[in-house]
Parts: sequence; structure tokens; C-alpha cells
Amino acid sequence: MKLDYLDQLESEAIHIMREVAGQFERPALLFSGGKDSITLVHLALKAFRPGKFPFPLVHIDTGHNFQEALDFRDDLAERIGEKLIVRYVEDTIREKKLKEPTGRNATRNGLQTFTLLDAIEEFEFDACIGGARRDEEKARAKERVFSVRDEFGSWDPKRQRPELWNLYNGRIHKGENVRVFPISNWTELDVWNYIRREKIALPSIYFAHERELLIRDGKLMATAGGVIKPEPDDQLVTRRVRFRTVGDISCTAASESQADTLDAVIDEIQATRISERGETRMDDQLSEAAMEDRKKGGYF
Amino acid sequence: MSERANDRAAGAVKSVLRQPLIRSFTLSLIKMDLLRFITAGSVDDGKSTLIGRLLYDSKSILADQLEAIERASKSRDDGEIDLALLTDGLRSEREQGITIDVAYRYFQTPKRKFIIVDAPGHIQYTRNMVTGASNCQLAVVLVDARHGVAEQTRRHSLIASLLGIPHIVVAVNKMDLVDYSQDVFSNICIHYAELAKKLNAHQVTYIPMSALNGDNVVDRSTTMPWYEGPTLLEHLETVGIDDDAEGKTEERHPARFPVQYVIRPQTAELHDYRGYAGKITSGLFRKGDAITVLPSGETSTINAIEIAEEHLDEAISPMSVVLHLATDVDISRGDLIVRSNSQPVSTQTVDAMLCWMDTKEFKVGNKYVLQVGTARTRCSVREITYQLNVNTYEETEDVESLKLNDLAKVVLRTAQPISFDPYQKNRATGGAILIDETSNVTVGALMLVGEAG
Repeated sequence: MKLDYLDQLESEAIHIMREVAGQFERPALLFSGGKDSITLVHLALKAFRPGKFPFPLVHIDTGHNFQEALDFRDDLAERIGEKLIVRYVEDTIREKKLKEPTGRNATRNGLQTFTLLDAIEEFEFDACIGGARRDEEKARAKERVFSVRDEFGSWDPKRQRPELWNLYNGRIHKGENVRVFPISNWTELDVWNYIRREKIALPSIYFAHERELLIRDGKLMATAGGVIKPEPDDQLVTRRVRFRTVGDISCTAASESQADTLDAVIDEIQATRISERGETRMDDQLSEAAMEDRKKGGYF
Repeated sequence: MSERANDRAAGAVKSVLRQPLIRSFTLSLIKMDLLRFITAGSVDDGKSTLIGRLLYDSKSILADQLEAIERASKSRDDGEIDLALLTDGLRSEREQGITIDVAYRYFQTPKRKFIIVDAPGHIQYTRNMVTGASNCQLAVVLVDARHGVAEQTRRHSLIASLLGIPHIVVAVNKMDLVDYSQDVFSNICIHYAELAKKLNAHQVTYIPMSALNGDNVVDRSTTMPWYEGPTLLEHLETVGIDDDAEGKTEERHPARFPVQYVIRPQTAELHDYRGYAGKITSGLFRKGDAITVLPSGETSTINAIEIAEEHLDEAISPMSVVLHLATDVDISRGDLIVRSNSQPVSTQTVDAMLCWMDTKEFKVGNKYVLQVGTARTRCSVREITYQLNVNTYEETEDVESLKLNDLAKVVLRTAQPISFDPYQKNRATGGAILIDETSNVTVGALMLVGEAG
């Protein structure tokens, strides 16, 4: 008997999830509808079946999601019979009179933090499991698996707890909470290979399909749902594309692709010369420390 | 780095950009294993250049990541490409040009997947290096060919040894600055071998290299024909890390299973289902094995081993599984299930090597929470047996207290018995942490030695 790297990564992730179940009273799994959080759900099934999940799935909905991802989310929750909690950024904006970013490339991505912190307070979540990976971005490359946040959700990179062997310390004071990242050590390719090996279903927009888009700053942005308002100099096109990451419509770009099967998608990812977030995320390209700053402000 | 060195580094980056990216499309089809290795050091030691070189030459840097560091480099005064930007992730690290905390990087070749644990080398960040080293199977100890075995070589080697890292690579770097001299390299090897004798170094490999010019990192050097050993990457790809059960002796790899969580669906059809969820941290369990539960000492037999609701006849570390026992035994999180024929140490008075990681002092009489496996118990400090000088390896007795980053041998008294294997025999079950009861912070790393005399 021999374990390959995917077996090892899977076992590590299951172990981390069970540590959450063992160490916390009110954990939650942050579910976005993207491939990483779908993978987390699959890992949770492996960690806890035939029992129920010791946590609900929580989605912070910006109102700017792809309909395909939302439908997939609802189907999945129903299929596995687990509780899904949805909280809307729209509500937070109204109740807290938040000012929405305006302008050409406005996104609600940053406002998610407010809704997330409200949800943590409302349900008294002491741990939130997320699908972030260390290979995504260099601030994430430094974050612990158990990442302790203060009552404002802030990450303090200088005060991270030492994290040794497979011993995770989830002891916290009331009001603090821990963000837990079971797939910290997975790369984008590992996730895809795992999805293929485990035959995990994904929303259709991960595979090549035709859709209407506009070209803005060299990136292909979906016109779906009217989230991005076309401007006179935007060029409207119809292309065969897939999404390499699935986030908000306002900040997730599509890639031109003919890959309509998992094998074809994986071949494309192996051949690419552009990183996942570099290709598709508008929100990380603002400054050298964009992600570090957002995490300090309580972001996932 | 000198200006000239920087120029060459920038040239290296550009030449890599021009190379066509060749990747194997069959990578994912091969059953690959995983090697975690640590590189400790600072920019001055050439650590960033070394990691950069490994990533470039193995085609693991993507175009936009390279453009991002080029963009960031432009905002600097000298405008040169700064390779450290690739590895140093936090703003304060970039500002100070040092590595403060551990960062993890990932790359793969057709032979193996790698996790690079990129750790700081300064003495004031010893705790971060200890954190990074805890999970590694190999350590790359950087030696500057001009300076030979230096204080920090001794420090990094000691930490690697204390943390039980089985493989050491002595990377004699900057050979370009000593005219690729075989004599310089040989002297460093002889010098280091003496040092290794004092440590628990299991396997030491020496490689002369110039990370800046790419000699013996990924590609074989043409300037050092006298060296016939592997390049760094060749060594990383082939070093034996086989951790599977075959060939494992019960003594080296006793079967250990810390219980994390009890699965009890309590539904009509699964009314009597009671599964113990956890990860096998060491060894092998088979259906039918006689087991003992610690600390209670109760015994039973393994009835079934499950993974994702499928039944297995046997399971090995590091698999996460669910165990079912033949009889009703009182088991909960924190208990350790072991095969009855290989009992661990169980004691309330324990000898341990400690790396102290907090700004508050560690003193005799202080109380902490000790976590080993999934078990937690309170403990108090009985004695500081001696403090270990991380640079000279001198042992100092009669020490009153320990400060941040100090290493020492200590005796602790625990409220409940703890069960473990001596760390130097079994890393997977001999490591423990100390938690401050008031701040909840992890304040110490313990390598458990045994029952105190």
C-alpha cells in the first residue's frame, strides 16, 4: 500500500476538518459555489459521513453571482441534505447604509467582508472553514492553516501563532474567530486533478460554452445579469469561453477556451503561462499588497 | 547582492522568460509522492536566489508572476529585478529585505511534487524556523563558500537535528566567488562532517553550487567537472522518503491513532453506529488487531476500518480513517488508540527539549496547557535541566528562566498522564505544544524525550 500526493493532501484536509469539529462549538463552512469550496464539501463528506456535517454551509451572496453557480449551490445543498445559510451583501448595504463602490470597474467584492462579519456575529461562529490556497497569492503563502482573527476579523501577519507538526491550536477568546484553510497546501492543479479523480461535479461555467462578453482592459467580462454596464468604448463579443475561477461577475474574467471536458481543462491549465488569479481576478491587481491589506481588513 | 550579481540575476530572469515553457502533459497521470523541504536563511545567504533558480529552471514561475516582480522592482531606487520579491510576501519583509515568517511554495517535476518551506534564518526568528522545520523530511542548509561553516550553519543544523529532519543537504553556494575551487568545497565538507558527528544528522549530502549562475541547482555545472554527485534537483527528486508500511518495523513505526471526533449519526437505520474518526499518525492497523485505548488502558479489537464509508482490511499512516471496535469502550476526543503489542510511553512526568516561542518568560512553576496528538492537559514546569546554546551547542545549567527563541531541556509534570513515543524515534507522535492559558497562544514546541527519572 502506498499513498500518492493526492491521498496525502486529502488526508491532511480531512484531518484539519475533523480538528475543527473537535475543537469548536459553532463552526461554519464558507461556501462560494466555486471549485475550491465544492472540493471542501466533498472532503467534508469524506470526513463526517455517515454522520451529518458538524457545521452549516454559509454563502455570502454579493448579488453579483453567476446564476449557474447559485443553482449549483442550491442543488448541492439539497442533494447532500445539509443546511445552507445565505446572507446578502445587498441587505448589509441597505441596513448599514454602506456606500457602494461606483465607477467603471466597481465591485462588491470588498463589501462581502461586512456581511461576513455580521454573519459571524449573528450565528456566533467561532471557526469558518474556507477554500483559500497558499499557491494563490503571496500573502496567502504566509498564512497558517488555523488563522486566528480578532473581533474585527483582522489578520495580523506579525502575530501568527506558531503551528507545528499536525497540532492545531484553536483556543480563542470570546469574540475572536479562526479561519481554517484545509486545502492550504493544494495547488490549482491538485484541485483539478482531485476533482477528476473523485468525479466531483462542477457548475457548467467551468467548461467551454458560448456567451456574450465585453472586452475591457484586455479581459473578457461576462455581460450576464447586467452586473457590468457596457460603456460606449466597450466592445461586445460572443466567444467560446470558460471560467478558471468563479467569483463575482464584476471581478471574474473568462478565458477563451474549447475545453469542454475535465481532461481538456486540465491540459489547458498545465500548459498555461499565467497564474490563476493573474488571469482572472481584477481585485488582486491593484497593488503589490492588495491581498495582504484585504486580509488585514477581515477578508476571507 | 552586488550590482554585478544583480545584473546577472536580471539576465537570468529574462533568459528564462524567453525559453519556451515545456511541461509534461502526463504529470497528473503518474502516481507521485510529495517531499516537504526547508530552506532557511536570508537574502544575503542567497536563499531567495536559490529558490528562484529552482522555480525558474524547473519552469514553475508563470509569466504574470514574473511581470509582477518586474513591476515591483521598478518602484525601487536601483530598478534592478529583485529576486527576493518572489519569496518575501509581506510588506514589512519587502521593506526590510528579510524573511520574517515561513512561506510555503509549490512546484513539481515529472518525478515528484515539492513543498518548499521558506523560513527565516536570523536568530530572532528561530521560532519561525522551528515551525517550518516541524513537517519537513529534508533541510537545505546554505553555506556561503567564502565563509565556510559559520554560526548560522551551526544554528540551522542544530534546529534540523532537534526537529528530527532525516535528510540534510549542505548547499555550498556562491562557488563562483571562490573560482569553483574543489579545495574550498572539500574543506567545507570535512569541517561540516565534524559538526554532523555532534548532531543526530542521519544522512548528509554535499553539493557545490552557484545559485546565481545556475550551477548544480537544476542543471549540471560545466565549471565544476570535479564534482560527480547529483544536482540539487536530482537529489530532491530521488532522495528516499518512502514512508509506506512495507519494511516498517513495529518498533520504528508503532501503530498510533489519536481520536479526533466520534461519528454517531443516531438515525433509525444507523442507530448503533459509533465510529472513531482520526488520522493514523504512525504505522499500520489491520482489521482484527488487538488495541489498547490510552490513557484508560481499556482493550478491544478492531472490527472495521472505514474511509469514506468504504471498508478496508488495513490502513497505514497518514490515512484519515474511521475505526470501529468490537466492544463498547468509553472513548472520546483526546484518547490514543494503539496496537496492544506496541505500547508508547505513558507518564505524568516528562523530559522534553523545548523551543520557547513567547515574549513572556518561561519559568519553573509556571503552568501551561500541553497538547500532544488530540489530547490536552494542564502541566507545570518542574525544572529547566539545561539551556542549549543554539550556536555553540554548549549546555548551561542553573538557568532560572527562558526567553523568546531559547532552547532548553526541561521537565514537566502533567495533570493527566500523556502517551507518546520519544520524538527522536517517532516524530509523528513525539511532538507537543505548550499553550498559554490566558492568551491562548502557542508558546512552546516540545520534542518529548521520555519519562523523567
